[in-house]
Amino acid sequence: MLLLELYVFVLAAFTGYMVISRVPALLHTPLMAATNAISGISLVGSLIAAGAAHSRVATLLGFVAVVCATSNIVGGFLITDRMLRMFRREGGQGKREAGSGERQSVRS
Amino acid sequence: MRDLIIQISYLTASVLFILGLRSLTRPDRARRGMQLAAAGMAFAIVGTLINHQIVDYRWIAGGLVLGVVIGYPMGMWVPMTAMPQRIALSLTFSALAATLVGIAEYYTRVNSGEALPRPIMTALAFEVLLGTVTVGGTLVAAGKLQEVITSRPLTYRGQNLVNALLFAVTVGLFVLLIVHPERQTLFYALIALALLFGILLVLPIGGADMPVVVALLNSYSGLASCATGFAIGNVILIISGSLDGASGFILSILMSRAMNRSFTNVLFGAFGSQTTAGAKSAAGLSVRSTSVEDAAVQLAYAQLVIIIPGYGMAVAQAQHQVRELAELIEGRGGEVKFAVHPVAGRMPGHMNVLLAEANVPYDKLYDMDEINGEFDRADVALVIGANDVVNPAARNDKASPIYGMPILNADHAKSIIVLKRSMAAGFAGIENELFYDSKTSMLFGDAKKSLTGLVGEVKNV
Repeated sequence: MLLLELYVFVLAAFTGYMVISRVPALLHTPLMAATNAISGISLVGSLIAAGAAHSRVATLLGFVAVVCATSNIVGGFLITDRMLRMFRREGGQGKREAGSGERQSVRS
Repeated sequence: MRDLIIQISYLTASVLFILGLRSLTRPDRARRGMQLAAAGMAFAIVGTLINHQIVDYRWIAGGLVLGVVIGYPMGMWVPMTAMPQRIALSLTFSALAATLVGIAEYYTRVNSGEALPRPIMTALAFEVLLGTVTVGGTLVAAGKLQEVITSRPLTYRGQNLVNALLFAVTVGLFVLLIVHPERQTLFYALIALALLFGILLVLPIGGADMPVVVALLNSYSGLASCATGFAIGNVILIISGSLDGASGFILSILMSRAMNRSFTNVLFGAFGSQTTAGAKSAAGLSVRSTSVEDAAVQLAYAQLVIIIPGYGMAVAQAQHQVRELAELIEGRGGEVKFAVHPVAGRMPGHMNVLLAEANVPYDKLYDMDEINGEFDRADVALVIGANDVVNPAARNDKASPIYGMPILNADHAKSIIVLKRSMAAGFAGIENELFYDSKTSMLFGDAKKSLTGLVGEVKNV
């Protein structure tokens, strides 16, 4: 089992390296927000700790972990989306371009 | 059957996470991709909820509700200018979650009476070690970014020795714990020391080095998740943790390369605290200051203006005025480009996000390598609250602490206008030769006020 997990770890790290090294500097902040959101996956472990009813201590620790992980997931995906929505190309503002062209002709 | 469903949900989630991250290579596809990743997260959560180990849903429900209540404002209401501390704080959360799961797992196993297998103990020890170092480090980083703690490096005599000793003791405890998993005191002592180490590690690091630190801590928190996966035998934690870790690792390499410094130098160099003996001093040189009116004329008749934003623009929250000025210049027929240095600001990509928020189209934002060749034909390089990233000393003064750092070639432009609060030296305490260049004129004052003035004047030219 451990060996299999090591396989998964090495291959996932390699995939992550290949995929993420192609993210342009432009999107580095959304990338950090996105990986934060994805790291909220520790919720999976937290849920089991909070719900397995092993002991009061484990349940409480699990509960706090669930709160932390959930707020990361919710906050992380929302903020990533908010940021990505702001990135737009010049093409989307054709009208404004035409408007500024007029202003230029008024000047000359 | 139930296990199969769980495994399929995890597999789906992993694929969607990787596709989501892959979509971040293209700004126009990124949003859809990340929505897919969010759907993947939902699969993984639902899959976990049917796990047969879960017998009591009350605490889970409470935790999920409270998490949403905290997470929603953190996602929707935090302003873009507060993004660096917000990212640091969410790293604290993710590392804390991993650590707490690790403590719960250890507590349960050690009190069950069965012997803890060594591989599991190793994973648990890694988990709490990396987790608590990250919790301590990111809390200090968030405090510094929010300026609750001074963003100047906090140093004292023998600091590196103290940190090295602390590190050695922590590693010693780590090894002892793996040999004697049943000794609970060791486990909790390890957590306490790792927390202290995380705090002391980041305290001496100055504000301008935060991009590297935050990226590095991001990578630690990813590895902590990974270790959680090993400890509780959960593959999706291993996969997501390594994606997170890889991302932090790549970013920290890119950031430290952009400053021409090694990790060790960032972590133990306490940049900006030592007096920079040997660096050129400004004695005998004079700066030329200019007025808003003169600067406006220069900008209004320029063919190509390259704007270089820095942390000063973020502090003054002047990104909207910058966009307005750029549109005015474009309206008069000039061309405006933005040159973004990789370490401008307090986190990777900080300037890009602020300018995008102010509605600057991203095809006008250029990386250092793309734009550096264009400064020669620029009529004006407009430096807004940036300092070290345009300091020619990095190119030609071997004694300078920033020698060798790749910089934006602002000094190649035909003229340079620098918006700056005062003549105080930059973060690194290094004099900037660019300010004394005969082509440079300085426009002193708050960046937002100066820009509002420039916008008004350019309209009148």
